[in-house]
Amino acid sequence: MVIAQHTLFEQATVLMAALVVFASFLMLAQRRLFSLIHLFAAQGLLLAFTTALVAYILNYPHLYISALLTLALKGVLLPWMLRGLVIRLDMHREVDSPLYPSVVMAAAASLLLFSYYVALPIAHLSTLATKNTIAISLAVVLLGMLLMISRRQALAHVIGFMSIENGLFFAAVVSTYGMPMVIELGIAFDVLVAAVIFGVFFFHIHSSIDSLDVDRLNRLSEVEE
Amino acid sequence: MIAVYLILFICLAGMFAQALVGHKPSAGRINAGFNLANFIVSLALAFEVLRRGALISADQQLHVDAFSVYLIVLTAFVGWTTALFSGPYMENERLHGRVTGRRLRLYYTMYQGFMFTMYLVLTTNNMGMLWVAMEGATLATVLLVSLYRTPESVEAAWKYFILCGVGIAQALFGTVLLYFAAEQVQGMGDNALLWTVLYTYAHSLDPNVLSIAFVFLLVGYGTKIGLVPLHNWLPDAHSEGPTPMSAILSGLLLNDALYAVVRCKMLVDRSVETPMAGYLMMAFGLLSFLVAVLFLHRQTDIKRLFSYSSIEHMGLMTFAFGMGGPLATFAGLLHMMVHSLTKSAIFVTVGHAAQIAKTQRMDQIRGLINTHPEVGWGLLIGTIAIAGFPPFGVFTSEFLVLTATMRNYPWLTPLLLIGIGIAFAGLFRHLHPMVYGPVPEGQTPIQANLWPVMAHLALVLWLGLAIPGVLSDWFGQATQLISGSSPL
Repeated sequence: MVIAQHTLFEQATVLMAALVVFASFLMLAQRRLFSLIHLFAAQGLLLAFTTALVAYILNYPHLYISALLTLALKGVLLPWMLRGLVIRLDMHREVDSPLYPSVVMAAAASLLLFSYYVALPIAHLSTLATKNTIAISLAVVLLGMLLMISRRQALAHVIGFMSIENGLFFAAVVSTYGMPMVIELGIAFDVLVAAVIFGVFFFHIHSSIDSLDVDRLNRLSEVEE
Repeated sequence: MIAVYLILFICLAGMFAQALVGHKPSAGRINAGFNLANFIVSLALAFEVLRRGALISADQQLHVDAFSVYLIVLTAFVGWTTALFSGPYMENERLHGRVTGRRLRLYYTMYQGFMFTMYLVLTTNNMGMLWVAMEGATLATVLLVSLYRTPESVEAAWKYFILCGVGIAQALFGTVLLYFAAEQVQGMGDNALLWTVLYTYAHSLDPNVLSIAFVFLLVGYGTKIGLVPLHNWLPDAHSEGPTPMSAILSGLLLNDALYAVVRCKMLVDRSVETPMAGYLMMAFGLLSFLVAVLFLHRQTDIKRLFSYSSIEHMGLMTFAFGMGGPLATFAGLLHMMVHSLTKSAIFVTVGHAAQIAKTQRMDQIRGLINTHPEVGWGLLIGTIAIAGFPPFGVFTSEFLVLTATMRNYPWLTPLLLIGIGIAFAGLFRHLHPMVYGPVPEGQTPIQANLWPVMAHLALVLWLGLAIPGVLSDWFGQATQLISGSSPL
């Protein structure tokens, strides 16, 4: 299969998919909270750009709205909120690195391969673009989970969580050209409320354990000490 | 159809009303009033569906059939009786300084918000909206789990939020795949996410995509059902939140998540010719059932004990729906109803018991039957009912599940029987000293409103002795819808 045989649009989507998953890999490797937030914002911008691209090429006007929503929510509002929280809780010097960075990266690479394996049965009914994008969006979802598993900072968990959402959104945009508008609005609303609740939680956690290290949330367990 | 809109509207109105007056002492009664109104409307809706069959709104976004309407009535009933209990209970908590007026306002507003999402899950025809409402239910309840702001409750709420959030994200991926499969079929157009449309075209949906989608949907909504190994949030959220929350989480949220899975299974079964979806559900269900009964023995917190019992019963229902066939489906539907009635009654009693003993630790709750006979008897009878003794309804449904298992998969019957035995032992080893033991000092009776408990247990008893004709017709219709043939 030669890449040049496909339309420019398909090539562009595959490129965007690659960039989105690349951003996920960078997030996994990033140790500083500020840079993590910036990477998350960059992933949001990539998403918004992809959505606008699909809207322009295929002439789906309603996708412009969801591109705007993504831009506002994932590219600007959420990163800005998280940044504000980091400053208010005085955490901008904190470094949160995974215990075994190389193991995490190796796991991430295998997750990407695994996603392609899962998407294999779908390959026969789709074009080059969808075949790649379903696998890649699944990979972004799984990498988001890996990010959550490998970190201890509650803030990194939130970014992992939101990047899972990014993966889902990417799947919806490039493989089905967006969900119906009602659903997109509903999802955006849920994400927004979730972000606000996360913000509230940071203060609760901070006031109850005096840090955002979730390893110290260990009071509830099955075994009595 | 007006009734459906009315139900959703009443909840929204309730939300706004509580946002204004939720901090006043009368808020509990107002909350109960809104829920009673919804119960009455839901009965009217049920009557309409029973008489005229499935209803669908003009824009096709809302759809109510025999399966969902029975859950709507159940939701409304449990929501109402729990609201009756929650008024005095939360007032008592306020007197003891555990909550403030502002938090009570949050509590009542979110109570209505949660009910709204539950009704939306049950009435929507759109698989995407179903997801949005499910996620909305998490968002509405997460701040209620941490209502007391203790370190434990904040931890429980965080766990609940992260686990359910990540879990339900999988369901969204499944929904996207479903939409992807639907878009390949000509003629579905913009309605490709509507359940009724998907169901009509299910034969032509690509089976490969649908089986992958089902795995994601099951894992996603399964997290909310509390299926092992995704159950970790459930005991924490139940034990640390206010007791009325535990009652409606166990009685309603788990059921509705299972409802979502069964809806998805109906689609997948029509597309995929093999019983793959059923096998997955059976495996997850059986695993949850067996793990939960073992964990019953190790608990020290009374609310954790009964939340593990919820996992056990949800596992059994998932198993029954997975087995499919008219008998098992009928049993699953019946079990859903009797379990929610019994479990919410138990949580109400447990809430009173914990207020009497001023702790949730079981080794400090003693001699309830002497301190406060109604609470003691309520807990005893509730536990007997949930353990599956005749003549209560849980016995009937468990018996039907066992019969269906014996007919289809005889080698699984011993596992179920052993599990039920272990569960019985696990519940009673803790229950016996709590009800009969010597009364410790400082344990005093409280003002308790136990008639919701009595009403629930009486209904469960009634369902165990004789299922009324109307109801069995109704279950028959729902079974027909899910499994394709009639049980009777």
